[in-house]
Amino acid sequence: MNSQLKPVFTNQKAFIPFVTANDPNFDTTVQNIVALAEGGADIVELGVPFSDPVADGPVIQAADLRALKDDPDLPMDRVFDMVVEARKQTAVPIAFLTYVNIVFQYGYDAFCQRCAELDIRGLVIPDLPFEERDELAPIAERYNVDIIPLITPTSGDRIAKIAGAATGFIYVVSSLGVTGERSQFNNDLTGLIAQIRAVTDVPAAIGFGIHTPEQAAEMANIADGAIVGSACVNIVAEYGTQAPAKLRDYTRQMKAAVSGVAKNPAV
Amino acid sequence: MTELNLALNPNTTGRYGEYGGQYIPETLMNELDNMAKAYEHFKNDPTFKTELHDLLVDYANRPSLLYYAKRMTEDLGGAQIYLKREDLNHTGAHKINNVIGQALLAKHMGKTRLIAETGAGQHGVATATIAAYFGMECEVFMGKEDTDRQKLNVYRMELLGAKVHPVTSGSMVLKDAINAALQDWTTRVDDTFYLMGSATGPHPYPLMVRDFQSIISQESKAQLQDQTGQLPDMVVACVGGGSNAIGSFANYIDDPSVQLVGAEAAGKGVDTNLTAATVERGSDGIFHGMKSMFLQNETGQINPVYSISAGLDYPGVGPEHAHLAATGRAQYVGVTDDEAVAAFEYIAKTEGIVAAIESCHAVAYVQKIAPTMRKDQIIVCTLSGRGDKDVASIAKYKGVAIDE
Repeated sequence: MNSQLKPVFTNQKAFIPFVTANDPNFDTTVQNIVALAEGGADIVELGVPFSDPVADGPVIQAADLRALKDDPDLPMDRVFDMVVEARKQTAVPIAFLTYVNIVFQYGYDAFCQRCAELDIRGLVIPDLPFEERDELAPIAERYNVDIIPLITPTSGDRIAKIAGAATGFIYVVSSLGVTGERSQFNNDLTGLIAQIRAVTDVPAAIGFGIHTPEQAAEMANIADGAIVGSACVNIVAEYGTQAPAKLRDYTRQMKAAVSGVAKNPAV
Repeated sequence: MTELNLALNPNTTGRYGEYGGQYIPETLMNELDNMAKAYEHFKNDPTFKTELHDLLVDYANRPSLLYYAKRMTEDLGGAQIYLKREDLNHTGAHKINNVIGQALLAKHMGKTRLIAETGAGQHGVATATIAAYFGMECEVFMGKEDTDRQKLNVYRMELLGAKVHPVTSGSMVLKDAINAALQDWTTRVDDTFYLMGSATGPHPYPLMVRDFQSIISQESKAQLQDQTGQLPDMVVACVGGGSNAIGSFANYIDDPSVQLVGAEAAGKGVDTNLTAATVERGSDGIFHGMKSMFLQNETGQINPVYSISAGLDYPGVGPEHAHLAATGRAQYVGVTDDEAVAAFEYIAKTEGIVAAIESCHAVAYVQKIAPTMRKDQIIVCTLSGRGDKDVASIAKYKGVAIDE
């Protein structure tokens, strides 16, 4: 597998912001992707809205609701079209965050093929754990699309097999529960990252709860990057169609915070 | 009562054909694995089995009657009708069978807090009941729509010492309550056991719930044998997620002469959008931890569903039902609100039984099919619960004003 996402982490700490597609509409989503890229995002994580996002907290749930409110039958092809439009202005690496039913309904092969065509190089699927990944992973691999696994503070003895099979990067969940801003993280993230690094050289980025530059810097110090979802989505919720400029500024600030940390030479 | 056979179908993979599985966030995977291993251990443990047996007999009032519905049989003029009276259990429904089993497992796993989702409130009440019995902490998630519709059950749960959380996300009904319970569980897996109410969700839930509910068919088979010396020709039960139905079917699945029929909630009609008839109207999908059949749109968004019965108001069905439907072993038929309400009145007047509106979906199908069958044929219909909870809403449906 020739991962397109892993090289993003070479010689730098990655900042990975997240927005939900179609929140609040098609055009703003396109501009949000471009603005995040301009602000210095290393990978843009684009959420495909789902009616029942069980792994997400209230902020991203609300974003999914907004995205589907006037458009409950939003076809997956409309979401792909947002990337088509964004691709006219940016080559930033993109990963989708979506629930497995969306991919299943589109057809695993067709979905991965379309991702590859649009240079969408990773899929984060919170309800597709290691045990079920085999129905999708071999197909994704054919198209050079990484299935980004999640590792959590409860993963324990599962870490070796999950990390061992990982490509692209690993999404390390900072704490228990669902997505959302936090002031406290699991107190042994360093240990969690060490367990992952004992198994693989696939980069690990930490997400869930990060919103301030200080937190992002702290996470980048421990790991290879920081993923920020709810804080970005809050900006979209507050500024709506005016969100792109705000997201650009926020991303600049966060990328600077993440980059202020020297690359860990021990990796 | 003979001991419940928990190893009826030694399925430990969580797959029913292509259905089932464990499509659930990583945070919960170790806990589900612990639960599956604990269940595999305890289901063969003599102490656990004795405790389960004693609770079913001494606390839940088992075995439940298999009652020959003589007047219904005569009136419909066809097959002989037997009613499996789960409505006579403690707490008034089949739900108690499952909560006793799961709570006992939770206790043996060292858990001190039970959480549950509930639609109409029946499973919430059953969970609150067993939590009170075991002295465990209990929190129940219930859609805001349902807490408004079922105020009495909310109070009942509180009376039993449970805390009820009205869920205001999504469409504020059962599926949203499940989402909220899963989310709560991800924040607190150490001391908490999620006690799922239907034969749905990720492995091992569909297996455990089926096993704990299979007491229904274990008893009915033995009781009918005693009373008639025969197997039934048909078993009918209502299906939401499908827990009473899978329990009613379990001990007959390997008897090919027994026809298995699940009565789904067609709401305003199978061909309308106000329906919850998952098998007839749904398609394959992956949601709430399982690959199964769901009511969904082309993109894969889960549809809002509708039924007069809050207990059948769910956009999916358990994976074993999806498998039984796919292989043709069981048939699933839609019963409308109007038909279920007519059955509610019919069984009250004919047999003097006020049955739950959920169960009346099964009764309505029996009313249709029995006259087409021979008089030497036998139908066993499960009355999953009693209907006291529905009296006010049926009166309202009929336009009768009652002071509450």
